[in-house]
Amino acid sequence: MAWKTDNYHGWGRALKATGEIARPERRSALVALPDVPAMGQRRSYGDACLNDGGQIADMSRLDRVLEFDPKTGLLHAEAGVTLGDLVRLFGPRGWLPPVVPGTGFATVGGAIAMDIHGKNHHEAGSFGQHVTEIEVMHGGKTKKLKPSHNAFKATVGGLGQTGTIVTAKLQMVPIHGEAMVVNERRMEGWDEFIAEFSNSEAPYSVGWIDATAKGTNLGRGIFEEAEIGTGATKSAKKSKSVPLDAPGFALAPPVVRAFNAAYFRRVPATGRRVVRTFEDFFFPLDRIHDWNKLYGKRGFHQFQCVVPLDQAPALRDMLVAIAESGLASPLAVLKRMGPGSAGMMSFPMEGWTLAVDFPARAKAEQLIKTLEDRTVEAGGRIYLAKDALSRPENVHAMYSNRAKWATEAAKADPEGAHITDLVRRLKLRDAS
Amino acid sequence: MTQTWLILGATSSMARAFARQAAERGDAVLFAGRDMAEMEASAADARARGAEDAAVVHFDARDPATFPAIIETMKSREGVLNAAVFVGSMPPQDAIDADPSLIEGTVTDSFTGPAQLLQLLAPVIEERGSGTVVGVGSVAGDRGRIGNYVYGAAKAGFHTYLSGLRNRLTRSGGHVVTVKPGFVDTAMTWTVEGMFLVAPPEKVAGDIFRAVEKKKNVIYTPSFWWLIMTIIRLVPEPIFKKLSI
Repeated sequence: MAWKTDNYHGWGRALKATGEIARPERRSALVALPDVPAMGQRRSYGDACLNDGGQIADMSRLDRVLEFDPKTGLLHAEAGVTLGDLVRLFGPRGWLPPVVPGTGFATVGGAIAMDIHGKNHHEAGSFGQHVTEIEVMHGGKTKKLKPSHNAFKATVGGLGQTGTIVTAKLQMVPIHGEAMVVNERRMEGWDEFIAEFSNSEAPYSVGWIDATAKGTNLGRGIFEEAEIGTGATKSAKKSKSVPLDAPGFALAPPVVRAFNAAYFRRVPATGRRVVRTFEDFFFPLDRIHDWNKLYGKRGFHQFQCVVPLDQAPALRDMLVAIAESGLASPLAVLKRMGPGSAGMMSFPMEGWTLAVDFPARAKAEQLIKTLEDRTVEAGGRIYLAKDALSRPENVHAMYSNRAKWATEAAKADPEGAHITDLVRRLKLRDAS
Repeated sequence: MTQTWLILGATSSMARAFARQAAERGDAVLFAGRDMAEMEASAADARARGAEDAAVVHFDARDPATFPAIIETMKSREGVLNAAVFVGSMPPQDAIDADPSLIEGTVTDSFTGPAQLLQLLAPVIEERGSGTVVGVGSVAGDRGRIGNYVYGAAKAGFHTYLSGLRNRLTRSGGHVVTVKPGFVDTAMTWTVEGMFLVAPPEKVAGDIFRAVEKKKNVIYTPSFWWLIMTIIRLVPEPIFKKLSI
């Protein structure tokens, strides 16, 4: 197999790696590879998809649908298939992936390794709960894992540490409709937001928060509730791309404050009902290719945590700290999560999750450390798919099944051949 | 009417991207190549993407004995028969310098092998009175350069063959599109240094389908390669021979 030495990075671009990359285009080429970590479309923000100084396999070309049963909706696909492709291919035929993340570029392999969640997490649970089989490769041999196996529970949300995910079977869900009917309402502040989330019965829901708003406006934003329905289905907007790194002032605080205020007022005070295509609803930012370049070449961080339901006040305090910091974040995201998760190292837990972007600067990194400490205190956890800054002791405290998971990972990959920069940095595979 | 696409060299990433787009249009796809297991996976993918039918057939550009069965399979299908040729091999020039016998395989893979098969397919297309042949050549075939002139020579031969085949098939309602890709992001170019403006295979596949629909004769993809190659072709030989581009 041909190895190419290159520099690469995750979506946040703040952490980088240099190393040899193989990109097998055939199953036989994949099987012939030595044991190395795998990466997909590198939509993890930090270093989950990096192996600095080592080798890594790019799975993006092994992206075929191997079987789809239109009677049962059971799908068998290679790990490199993107969720966006599945929505595009099967949505018009009446089937959707059970869980759809915020970017269509995420792959099935990545979705399993991170046990991702979507806007329907409170009802549908996490991605791994709908996976019925995973084919994992180690030492050139593949194993088929079933949900009852411990190795399965260590693979879902397992950050690729049990071997390379080669294919998976996924139970798609039947739908009646070809678009999303979305209700958008302004939320004037935090308490209203929390109350509306708690009362909502919509299958899909998400909150956009203006993280620059303070005082009585704290926590204001837009509450989006959606269900599958019928209506206009043609996306009016064409894809655009960000060709170059934006200059540092592009997302300077005054710009972001103005943007957030405008975004808030975009929805009339009385609310509105709109019909969106699946793509426009699930992947609002994908239309701007490489939007991560808007943060300039230094990149950015995303902080995402989840705290138990009764810890909403702790999350509110974090939002105060974010707003007071003056570090303007465009569009923070709030969501109420259900209890569903499928792996020992899965992020989802019942509670409130908040995701906030910051440009990669010293002050932001300091703030994120503070937010992380508060997450630990609140009994919550941070999302490793987003993390670039955390420390071993914090993450070990957040993930109570970590040691058990490390044992399973050691069984599957005793040599530690699949260890990535994230796993090394957070000492995730340490026995204790 | 049913469209069937015979894809020669079906395991290359460009061929796969093309086959996918054919499948998503609802056409039937016949994958022809050597790695049967790999092509079975691609055929399954084509079916899941909406292909009317997808099958695999053994094809080895260096073994003409594999050709008749492919022609028979094509004949057995109703409707319009089309073919897209993605085969070719590009050993590094220094490997060829060390072992000139590699020239034979390079020319067979990139020119004479597929040309022999197309000779067998041409009468079938003539009989049906329609059908398109897509031949993937290369910008390397436009002018011999120090870095890959054997591959370039094979592709130049293929370009000329395609031009003649176009002349022939047009009389009976058939058509031939010559495709000259620039740098494409494939396994062939993965480790090659000094690549620039590298196009994803999906972009090339899309350009090819547009060219088929508009009955274009020769296209460069991405299209800016037309300008680059026009300039390269215009450099006078006394100067060109001293360049290493």
